[in-house]
Formats: sequence, structure tokens, C-alpha cells
Amino acid sequence: MTPAGRPARRSTGARPPAVLVALGVAGALLFALPLAGLLWRTPWRRLGSLLGSDLAVEALRLSLVTSSAATAASLVVGLPLAWLLARVAFPGRTIVRGLVTLPMVLPPVVGGAALLFALGRRGLLGEPLYEGTGLLLPFSTAGVVVANAFVAMPFLVLTVEAALRGLDPRYEAAAATLGAGRLAVLARVTLPMIAPSVAAGALLCWARAIGEFGATITFAGSLPGRTRTMPLAVFLALETDRDAAVALSLVLVAVSLVVLVALRDRWWGAG
Amino acid sequence: MTPTGRTRRRARRGLTLRRRGPLVVAALAACTAGGEPGSGTGSLVVLAASSLARPMPGLVRAFERAHPGIEVQTSFAASSALREQVLAGVPAGVFASAAPEHVERVVEAGAAAGPAVVFATNRMVLGVPAGNPGRVRDVADLARDELLVGLCAEEVPCGRYARRILARAGVTPAVDTVEPSVGALVTRIETGEIDAGVVYATDAAGSARIEAVAIPDELAETATYAVVPLAGAPDPATAAAFVAFLTSAEARRVLARHGFGPP
Repeated sequence: MTPAGRPARRSTGARPPAVLVALGVAGALLFALPLAGLLWRTPWRRLGSLLGSDLAVEALRLSLVTSSAATAASLVVGLPLAWLLARVAFPGRTIVRGLVTLPMVLPPVVGGAALLFALGRRGLLGEPLYEGTGLLLPFSTAGVVVANAFVAMPFLVLTVEAALRGLDPRYEAAAATLGAGRLAVLARVTLPMIAPSVAAGALLCWARAIGEFGATITFAGSLPGRTRTMPLAVFLALETDRDAAVALSLVLVAVSLVVLVALRDRWWGAG
Repeated sequence: MTPTGRTRRRARRGLTLRRRGPLVVAALAACTAGGEPGSGTGSLVVLAASSLARPMPGLVRAFERAHPGIEVQTSFAASSALREQVLAGVPAGVFASAAPEHVERVVEAGAAAGPAVVFATNRMVLGVPAGNPGRVRDVADLARDELLVGLCAEEVPCGRYARRILARAGVTPAVDTVEPSVGALVTRIETGEIDAGVVYATDAAGSARIEAVAIPDELAETATYAVVPLAGAPDPATAAAFVAFLTSAEARRVLARHGFGPP
């Protein structure tokens, strides 16, 4: 017929190959099924009382406190680190960047064990610290914060470093020529410009911290009210009270979804 | 486009399905062929309590010698964790627990292929790092705040026995960590991360880095080990044979060598 009469579909391609569809659907199911299983198993009627139980309230409170503290610590230490990595070409910068990225690929349990070897009671730094000051990080809430910060800070540092690298240096140069000192430039020009990235990095850091299990249980142990965060509570509850485990898991999934939605522009692009 | 294009596309699709279909079926067949029940494949998976980790290699060797051609694989974890695996349908042949209640739960749920059999006993002791840095002398010392004390989780047999001992002694321990299995607790003690924990006598005897502080008889708990063949066993005959072996004189000798008591 005439070109006008041909189906417009032709420009986007005809039906996709069946194999691609099948494999793609299998991939999507891999992500959807566990969530569906969780929702299917949820004891909806008892959810309120389960979430109000001591186990749940304690674990939730501890998780919120420790991940927020870990995020705060990450901001205090991570922002300067990110700035140094992005702006100062010091010798060994690549190695430092590698070290900062390491917790992201290291199995968390290995991270926890390593922290123990370094900061435990008989650890490299831990032993002199304990002998000298009586300070002990394992089995304490502070230890949970350290373990969480160890695994979560890299997310903040790398996000902020990328943002700093992508910043147009002319703004800071302009501020400098107008008479602003280095710290003033940092506070009034640089930080406000990278603020969205700092926020995103902090949110990622917080989300990673609240989900941390392996490093926490290895380094800080598990004690209700002191070190048993939500993931640890779920792990224990799986053997004692399945319904409580499901309820706590649901809370963690909800938290993750909120974080994803908050960061959707960064990760989901045009949708 | 042209009719040629359409044919080409259809031909490609047809080719893809027709070529891959048989391959997928063959792969699936190969995967399932090895695991048919009752096929007498000569392999057995044994789920055993953490505290059985030391005697189990010796037990397995003796069993494999008596039953040539059979290969035994073992998996160790807290008995409560293993119970959940069994109830979730793990394809194992035998479940050996450090406390009878976990095996009983499995039997009640209909997941067992036979009755539970008691095959060993154990005693609880206070485990301390070699050299006893915390100067732990008795159960009451576990209440000392300055000591780092560890217990197993309540649902884990070791934890349950420990709490019974502490209750009997009227001691409220200053617990600093609750471990998911006795293996994890033993490691904490061995590395000196904690000063004391309630573990099995066999754990202390089997490690040069742990010393045992005895618990007096009037407070003591005897751990009872029970084993059961599982309904989901790929090879039920071998599973039953292993259970029978665990109560044999030879098994009792191996267990005694590691410090376990008779049933």
C-alpha cells in the first residue's frame, strides 16, 4: 500500500523477541516475588500489636538512633574526606579512594571481623585504648554506630565527591576574586551548590546504616536495647516468633521504599 | 518494511524458540536426575547442632567405613535454626539436635520419618579464655558488671540450659551479648572478646584457648541430644541407617572421646 497506510509500530520495532520477554519477566519476578511473599505472610490483623511489642519498639528505636548517629558521624568526617579526594591531588589519593570504596564491596561480616581485630578488646588499637581509657566499643551502642558508619559512609563520600568534581570551578573562583576566604567560599558557595548531593548521599548513608546486619552482629554483638538493631531482631525472631519477624521486615521494606521514592529522580531517571 | 523483513524476523523468532527449547529441557532433566527419592544415590545430608561439630567428622568417617559408597555432608548451626530449616522443607536426611524439644517439634509437624532417639548427653560449664583473665570462679561471677559475659540466645539449646542454671542459682547475669549459636559464643571466648560464657563441657575440652570452670552438681544441667530421620530425605534408607549408627557402641566411643556422655 502507500507509506501512509503502513502501521506506525514499525518505527518502534515489532513485538519483542519472546525469549527476551521471558527472561525479562523472570528477572522482574525475581524482584517482585520476595516482596509478594512477605506481604502474603504478613499477619495484618496482629500487625499493630506486633509492632508495639517490646522487641519491636526497642529494635526500632535503636535502629533509628544508631543509623542517625552513624549518618551524622559520616557527615562530619565524610564531607572533608570527599572534599580532599575531589580537590587535593595528594600522593596516594587513588589508594585512599580505594580504601573508602572497600566497605561497599567487602562482605559486611568480614568488615565486622576486621573492626574487631582493630578495635576489639585485644585489637590493634582496641587493646591500648581499653588499657588506657577503659573504652570498649564492641558490645556497646557506640560500637553499632562505628560498624554502621564503616559500611555506610562510603555512599556519602562517593556521592559528594562526584558532585564536587562536577561543580563548575568558576563560581568558587568568582567568590575568591570577590574577597571571600577559603572557608567562606566553602560555606557560602560550594556547600549550597552541592547540597542536593549531600542530602542524597546522607539519605543513602542512612538507609545503608539502618539495614546493616553482618558488621553489627560480628562487631557489636546482639543485646536487646543496646545493640540489637532491627535486622538483628528479625534474624532472631525468625527462630522464635515468625510473625514478629515478618512485621519487622515489613517496616524495613517500608523504610527502603520511602528512601527509594525520595531518591527517585536520581535513580529512576525519566521513569 | 518489505515482506522479506517480516519473514526474516519471524524466522529468527522461530529459530530462537526451536533451538533453545530442547536445551532448556535437557538442562532441567540433568538437574533433577540426581535427586530422585529412593534412588539410593548414596549421599546423605546431616543437620547437626553446633556443639556436634567436633565429634561429627569422626562419626562420619566411621559411618562411611561401614557403608562404603555413601557420602555424608554435614551442616552445623543452632538447633533452633536447623529446626526452622527442616520445617521449611530443607532436603536433608537427618536432624541431630542438642535439645529434645526441637526434634519433638519436627515430629509433631509430621516432618520426621521415624521417632526421635536420644544418642548422647553433655554438661554445661562456664567457658573462659585461657588464663581466666576475668578471674571467674563460679556462676555468681556472671553477675559482675565489669565482666563481659555472653550467653546463647534463649531459643538455642545452650541458651536455654544456661538460663535454667542461672535461675536455679538465683543469679541475674550482666549479659553483654547474646549469640545465635554456641559456636559463635565459643569463638568470642576463644578470642578473648568476652570474659565468660555458658558453654558445653565438650567445647571447653576441645579447645586449647578455652578453660572450663565447673558448675556445681546442684546447679548443673544435662544437655540431651536427640536425632531423627527426616521425611524429606532423598535417601530414606541411608538416613535411617545413620540414625541407628548414632546409637551404636562405636558412635558412643567416638562421642566419649570428645567428652560426650552416654544417652
